[in-house]
Amino acid sequence: MITLDKLTKIFDTPNGSITAADHISMEVPTGEICVLLGPSGCGKTTTLKMVNRIIPATSGRVLIHGEDTSQMNTVDLRRNIGYVIQQIGLFPNMTIEDNISVVPKLLGWSAEKYKKRALELLDLVALDPAIFLKRYPSELSGGQQQRVGVIRALAADPKVMLMDEPFGAIDPINREVIQDEFLKMQKELQKTILFVSHDIDEAVKMGDKIAIFREGKLEQYAAPDDLLAHPANDFIAGFVGNDRTLKRLQLVTAGEVMQQNPSMVTLDQPLDEALQLMESRDLEAVTVVNREQKPIGMVRREIAQVHRGSCRDHHDGLPTVIYQDDDLRSVVSRLYRVDASWLPVVDGEGYLQGVITQRGITHHVGATYRTQA
Amino acid sequence: METLSFLTGNFNQILSLAWVHTLLVSVAVGLAILTGVPIGIAITQSQRAADAVLYIASVIITIPSIALFGLMIPVLSMIGQGIGYMPAIIAVLLYSQLPIIRNTYTAINNVDPALREAARGVGMTAMQRLKMVEIPLAIPVIMAGVRTAVVMNIGVMAIAAYIGAGGLGTLIQRGISQSDPRQLIIGAVSVSLLAIVADFSLLWLQKRLTPKGLAAAV
Ligand SMILES: Nc1ncnc2c1ncn2[C@@H]1O[C@H](COP(=O)(O)OP(=O)(O)O)[C@@H](O)[C@H]1O
Ligand SMILES: [Mg+2]
Repeated sequence: MITLDKLTKIFDTPNGSITAADHISMEVPTGEICVLLGPSGCGKTTTLKMVNRIIPATSGRVLIHGEDTSQMNTVDLRRNIGYVIQQIGLFPNMTIEDNISVVPKLLGWSAEKYKKRALELLDLVALDPAIFLKRYPSELSGGQQQRVGVIRALAADPKVMLMDEPFGAIDPINREVIQDEFLKMQKELQKTILFVSHDIDEAVKMGDKIAIFREGKLEQYAAPDDLLAHPANDFIAGFVGNDRTLKRLQLVTAGEVMQQNPSMVTLDQPLDEALQLMESRDLEAVTVVNREQKPIGMVRREIAQVHRGSCRDHHDGLPTVIYQDDDLRSVVSRLYRVDASWLPVVDGEGYLQGVITQRGITHHVGATYRTQA
Repeated sequence: METLSFLTGNFNQILSLAWVHTLLVSVAVGLAILTGVPIGIAITQSQRAADAVLYIASVIITIPSIALFGLMIPVLSMIGQGIGYMPAIIAVLLYSQLPIIRNTYTAINNVDPALREAARGVGMTAMQRLKMVEIPLAIPVIMAGVRTAVVMNIGVMAIAAYIGAGGLGTLIQRGISQSDPRQLIIGAVSVSLLAIVADFSLLWLQKRLTPKGLAAAV
């Protein structure tokens, strides 16, 4: 756990003093990512750098797992905190291997151990050690350098990480890839992370919690869904954007919102059984599954009302299916694209798990407003 | 023609003078590196110290070498070294300070602040930052300063022949006093040649010493 307690930084400059961080108090629970978010110059970097004492605090305290960092030796403190700086900052005179091994070497690991670790870490971010170990930073693309910057910070397996716009230097497509990679790693690694960003989408994606800064002050500290649903003031509402409700959709998966135990019929069932089912449950259509319980089509109520025979002869194809792990934003997008009011939801193997409806999504998104009201 | 025959006739002597010349400059510049680099690094810590040190070093370099020898003779006479190689080495040592200190200071100061911060961020001590990051990055510029010092002082060392330091200046001095153009020409040409050879050798060394990753970048 990282605790900031009235953390304050005042820079004295020739043009007067600047309060870059003003009594910031917050707690980041162990194993969570907290995103410091806000416009440029609002004090995110300053706050971050006070944690590993790159910038000395003017007043206030930083506690890591309850221990006051001002009492610790700065060198030991920093070796135990992974730090990814905004400018990447790989040492150009060292190979990628040496860059990754820097902290393990400072900590006195054996050569065998830190070499093994470098291999492991390169594998983790999908950089082939055979190619990259002996290269120099200048021979890598921006995205590759950024990955190395991240694994350098991970090398000695620190419990706490500070990441200052770690994916800033990458184009949007590769950024998504790295973000996903990182979240996958974090699921296993469970680091406690302070993560600076100025991008609301990145914050919503990466953060377990988001801390919104404005002119050195912490304006709101909340889970992404809370922040988007209930911005504490107009500044925050403006910063998170008018489409903030749509952004919330990213935070929920289809599996969380779908109706479970979906109605279904098999190909060999007679059409009037399908009609009965739809009438009893007040449905406009029902999913048709094959013998393996994988959805292959649907029967519409208006068809079943006027035709006889089996479902095999009177079903339509499915425009698309939704996977349980898809986020609601992509679900909504696909519902609109195929002009459907509902779609079946399958698991990773393709077995029918439920159905998701536009009404169900609206209901889910609106729930938080109703409980507030 | 006569010059050529003098050259062939006295080749061994000329070589040995060149060797002494090289040795004197090397020792002096070597000592200057040992003093100048640490001074250059130290003054990055204080703008005022840097201004003062660089000012003094620039003043020293403006003193004509003959005058500097003149100043040193009475002082060094007190330890019986008024003339000979001692004042020559000290003069070269002093003249070398400016290029070496200035280049070291500039190079260390110009290390990308982001790298300096990364080095602090991973938990390097001040000494480790110097050794692992700042000095390796500064090497090309420091070596350029050393080259300047060497080339410049090969000329200064030639003049030191007048106070009995030895080296190729001896030929020039004899050429003048004996009105012998052969020795004068050979002395002058070999001093120039030595400077050129030294410059190229040091350039080669500079490339060898520059960390590989930096060479790839430029
Ligand atoms: N070393 C410094 N000296 C003076 N002012 C600074 C310094 N570092 C940052 N500031 C000022 O503090 C404020 C916050 O900066 P910073 O923390 O870098 O913002 P952010 O990371 O949110 O963009 C800005 O107004 C910036 O100009
Ligand atoms: Mg910043």
